[in-house]
Amino acid sequence: MAVCIAVIAKENYPLYIRSTPTENELKFHYMVHTSLDVVDEKISAMGKALVDQRELYLGLLYPTEDYKVYGYVTNSKVKFVMVVDSSNTALRDNEIRSMFRKLHNSYTDVMCNPFYNPGDRIQSSPGGPYFLCPYPVQVGPTSCVRSSPGGPYSCVRSSPGEPYSLCPIQSRAFDNMVTSMMIQVC
Amino acid sequence: MADEALFLLLHNEMVSGVYKSAEQGEVENGRCITKLENMGFRVGQGLIERFTKDTARFKDELDIMKFICKDFWTTVFKKQIDNLRTNHQGIYVLQDNKFRLLTQMSAGKQYLEHASKYLAFTCGLIRGGLSNLGIKSIVTAEVSSMPACKFQGTMQKGVTDTPNKMFQWILCHRNGRLRRLTKPNIILKT
Repeated sequence: MAVCIAVIAKENYPLYIRSTPTENELKFHYMVHTSLDVVDEKISAMGKALVDQRELYLGLLYPTEDYKVYGYVTNSKVKFVMVVDSSNTALRDNEIRSMFRKLHNSYTDVMCNPFYNPGDRIQSSPGGPYFLCPYPVQVGPTSCVRSSPGGPYSCVRSSPGEPYSLCPIQSRAFDNMVTSMMIQVC
Repeated sequence: MADEALFLLLHNEMVSGVYKSAEQGEVENGRCITKLENMGFRVGQGLIERFTKDTARFKDELDIMKFICKDFWTTVFKKQIDNLRTNHQGIYVLQDNKFRLLTQMSAGKQYLEHASKYLAFTCGLIRGGLSNLGIKSIVTAEVSSMPACKFQGTMQKGVTDTPNKMFQWILCHRNGRLRRLTKPNIILKT
């Protein structure tokens, strides 16, 4: 169960970054940003590193007291970074690997989408249309993402007593995938 | 082997489609060739992403060129490149003695002047594939006698990675407002 998933382009800017809305997102952005240095270090270590030079999965990048950060680099130098909760000891290495594989498959599909320009942020329309979510939503660790015929979107309660909130529409298939990874282990 | 003919026929129609819909003067100034090359570029980017999904990481430029000559060419054209030459200073020449897209056209010098149209897409394909693997290049093709042709790729040196674009990370925040991260001390304060 990931708390934050990020896709970083080869020029080191984020293509897609999403974290559970309960936490301070800034903290995750910073964490992902600092992990980029560790990723570069692992890639450039020639042969003498413990990690297999030819493999795409990089393994645990660095642990903090609350979280663990895992990395994966594709052949096109696109990096996937996943932050998981440290208290979740049930997550094993091969489960993380399979989550990364699924992410890679989804990313490949995004790449082959004719409406996507390589290098753009991954979302269905730039600057995204917004719509009003008519229900007051509890922001909590249990469910912050809801499915609907129009596709899943994350609703955030703007302030107590205010029943409406603005929800951006994001890229469907990729977002669905990431959502499922944040709710449960794949 | 009907599946081999699919891409070939589609490609031929694509070339004639681009030329039919060309506006005044576009044929002469080479805009049509550019359009075909750009099409190939985008296709190459997507294809490479798919093909390198399961392969191991590449060691160096030569490794990438070998991949293009063997696996990539086999998957697209059902055969490998016959000859790869390099001067180890960024110039690679890929020689294909029986290029699939030209075999149906002629077996000698006939239609030589039209060959460039049918090679533009493939040049773009190679360029797009290399670009997605991190190599900026210029790819040209030449034909002396059909169906043999040579693709020459010139790698552009001095492509540096831009430093971490920390200041351009944009936070999508609630209430739909975008906040731009401008200074590092903002992070330290929170």
